[in-house]
Amino acid sequence: MTIIRKPLNRRSILRAGALGGVALATPTIFTSRAWSAGYLNEPTGSTVTFGFNVPQSGPYADEGADELRAYQLAVKHLNGEGDGGMLNTFSSKALQGNGVNGKKVVFVTGDTQTKSDAARASAKRMIEKDGAIMITGGSSSGVAIAVQSLCQEAGVIFMAGLTHSNDTTGKDKRANGFRHFFNTEMTGAALAPVLKNVMGADRRAYHLTADYTWGWSQEESIKKYTGELGWETVAAVRTPLGAGDFSQYITPVLNSGADVLVLNHYGKDMVNSLTQAVQFGLRDKQVNGKNFEIVVPLYSELMAQGAGENVKGILGSSGWDWKLTDAGTQAFTKSFGQEYGFPPSQAAHTCYVQALLYADAAQRAGTFMPSELGKALEGFEFDGLGNGPTLYRAADHQCFKDVLVVKGKENPSSQYDLLEVVEVTPRAQVEYPAELLGGELGPYNNGV
Amino acid sequence: MSARTSPARDLVYFVIFAAAVLTMPVWLAPIGAGYPDLLQKFAIYGLFATGFNLLFGLTGYLSFGHAAFLGVGSYTAVWSFKLLGMNPIPAVILAVVAAGIFALAIGFVSLRRSGIYFSILTLAFAQMSYNLAYSVLTPITNGETGLRVLRSDPRIFDAADGAEGALVSTLFGIEMNGYAGFYFCAVILIAGFFIAQRIFRSPFGIMLRAVKSNQNRMTYTGLNPRPYTLAAFVISGMYAGLAGSLLCITDPLAGAERMQWTASGEVVLMTILGGAGTLLGPLLGAGLIKYFENIFSAFNEQTLHSIFSFLPDFLETPVVGLMSLFVGEGWQLTLGVLFMIIVIFLPGGIMEGVSRLGRLFKGSDKPSAADKGRVEAAAE
Repeated sequence: MTIIRKPLNRRSILRAGALGGVALATPTIFTSRAWSAGYLNEPTGSTVTFGFNVPQSGPYADEGADELRAYQLAVKHLNGEGDGGMLNTFSSKALQGNGVNGKKVVFVTGDTQTKSDAARASAKRMIEKDGAIMITGGSSSGVAIAVQSLCQEAGVIFMAGLTHSNDTTGKDKRANGFRHFFNTEMTGAALAPVLKNVMGADRRAYHLTADYTWGWSQEESIKKYTGELGWETVAAVRTPLGAGDFSQYITPVLNSGADVLVLNHYGKDMVNSLTQAVQFGLRDKQVNGKNFEIVVPLYSELMAQGAGENVKGILGSSGWDWKLTDAGTQAFTKSFGQEYGFPPSQAAHTCYVQALLYADAAQRAGTFMPSELGKALEGFEFDGLGNGPTLYRAADHQCFKDVLVVKGKENPSSQYDLLEVVEVTPRAQVEYPAELLGGELGPYNNGV
Repeated sequence: MSARTSPARDLVYFVIFAAAVLTMPVWLAPIGAGYPDLLQKFAIYGLFATGFNLLFGLTGYLSFGHAAFLGVGSYTAVWSFKLLGMNPIPAVILAVVAAGIFALAIGFVSLRRSGIYFSILTLAFAQMSYNLAYSVLTPITNGETGLRVLRSDPRIFDAADGAEGALVSTLFGIEMNGYAGFYFCAVILIAGFFIAQRIFRSPFGIMLRAVKSNQNRMTYTGLNPRPYTLAAFVISGMYAGLAGSLLCITDPLAGAERMQWTASGEVVLMTILGGAGTLLGPLLGAGLIKYFENIFSAFNEQTLHSIFSFLPDFLETPVVGLMSLFVGEGWQLTLGVLFMIIVIFLPGGIMEGVSRLGRLFKGSDKPSAADKGRVEAAAE
């Protein structure tokens, strides 16, 4: 194990030479900057490092790939390459396209594997080894919550990516964590009135729920808001994440007397469960004298592509859609399309926006110190990033913006045009008091 | 690294090992592995593989469900944090005890069979535990989300200072993350290695080797192998539980995926890659796999371009294109290729490679009897 043993002989010299060669050939050079500064990983050189922690394998790998594309685009725009994207439409003009605080933005990436353990290991690597000043990403609420609490303990900012559970900015919220994406509470508030118009106030719902924090949160919110409409919940069945085959869960729906199936699934799970539900003929049935309906509370373009024909006419909610007509959306869709050849998903949008918002806050605060930068984000009102006027609420670090109710298009014109916007629910209608979801932000942690 | 055994040599071997482990932050730094999280993983999975090797390397019983004990240890440790407080010592003790009891139960049933049937039985038990933890026992394990320590937990021994401060394990005021956490794991690894070394050299260890070489013959001589194998299984399970508790001490979160069959397979890979039946092999295997998982998986095209920037442009792009298959998301591919190469050319794992190299450098020296014996043992 020791490299050089005395007395020196041919053997030990060769061994040392071989190990030395390996060492020189390895590009990553350990630089311990962790304990030298006023806050953890303070950038001292000409660059600042962002950590992009996204699922590159597992059930949310498609979302993760799109998120990474968006992050790379955001870094380009921050460094003044490309056409600037939403920097041109963003209401805050602090960023000049010359990096952040005079430092060029570079990034490191990691694979969360959609597993809390792996996600934390890869976030730790980025913080401890690569000196990342902030971590962003995540395509699963379980992972996002795990990484958020890690960032709080380590002392860096966490900009949540695609995480929709109430808990991320509810009972598991942390001072160092910020979320731009909407949550299940907002989905419920936006979706319920539309459901009432389309399906009526007298329905019996059956829930299939992904068995982790997001699924539980979504189920609870939908139950709450549909309950207010007068809907009855027949049963709520938990299914394991990444189950693949949902037929054993769908068969009982037929005999339950329910006339609406709510699929609290996301990603590949939703593609599979929806496809199987449609193949079982649920949508052709009449129950209680009404047409059987399926609802997918959280929708995305990637899922619609996966499920193909089966999404037609199915209602759900979405944080953003590339077909919106405001200037920010158009600028982003254009530069994303030029770069990659297809329109961005909502996961890409929220990640791109989070990277921009972080950079902008750092620029306005003049530092990357989490406590100062966080204050610049708290209560920040902005516009031009695709969702209309938006507020980063100080009390729970949650963004409030318009929510879209969408429906699978009957006659799609292309494989990227699968969803149509039914209604843009205004921000006022989805706002709720911060105390509603409990939790404690606690103090900022600068990591020293 | 010699196999010639004498108490003096063992002591030297042990001292060198301890020194090497404690100086890991220094000599692993040049290859980009000298940061606390990965060092902790090296120590923890090294311990896990060392324990696994006590069963597989000595008795030849291939358990395909060792991750279950890792998971039990993790959950016990987090519950100890939640109920008793953030001190790692009760967590370690409770986790080892819980994993031991669990291993006793599973071992009692599984060890009635040997060979492939034993492997399948342990695999079945582990998958059962995984599914229980994942969905059925959600109140105890918190399912997919993973079990974490919350501010609202009782933590009876340190509830007084519970409201403030980070929720990390604390040993007498030292927070068990970063380098302190690594040294805590390293000390336990060294202790675990010492015990493993003693077991290897003890009459008990010889009995276990006898089980491996010919169980029938052992029975004919009037010895019942079952108590020996069961003891080895339980000790091995306790090592896994200890490793599981260390995972939670350095990062207080226990997830069900730790018990999945892939995790059980990983420790088998580590042991075979390094060299089953050797003391140091499993540690090397664990280090190699964790290094690949954490460092190779983080290479992206940007990094590759900067490595190969010395090449002319027309060469650089295809080289980077080819290499990017093997790094980043493709790290498992690289690992698979490496595993194949090692299993085909060095059936005794890295340790066989080391001893062959050793003989090569000695030139015309004939392999000593002990070396030969070890290679044979490793090849089995």
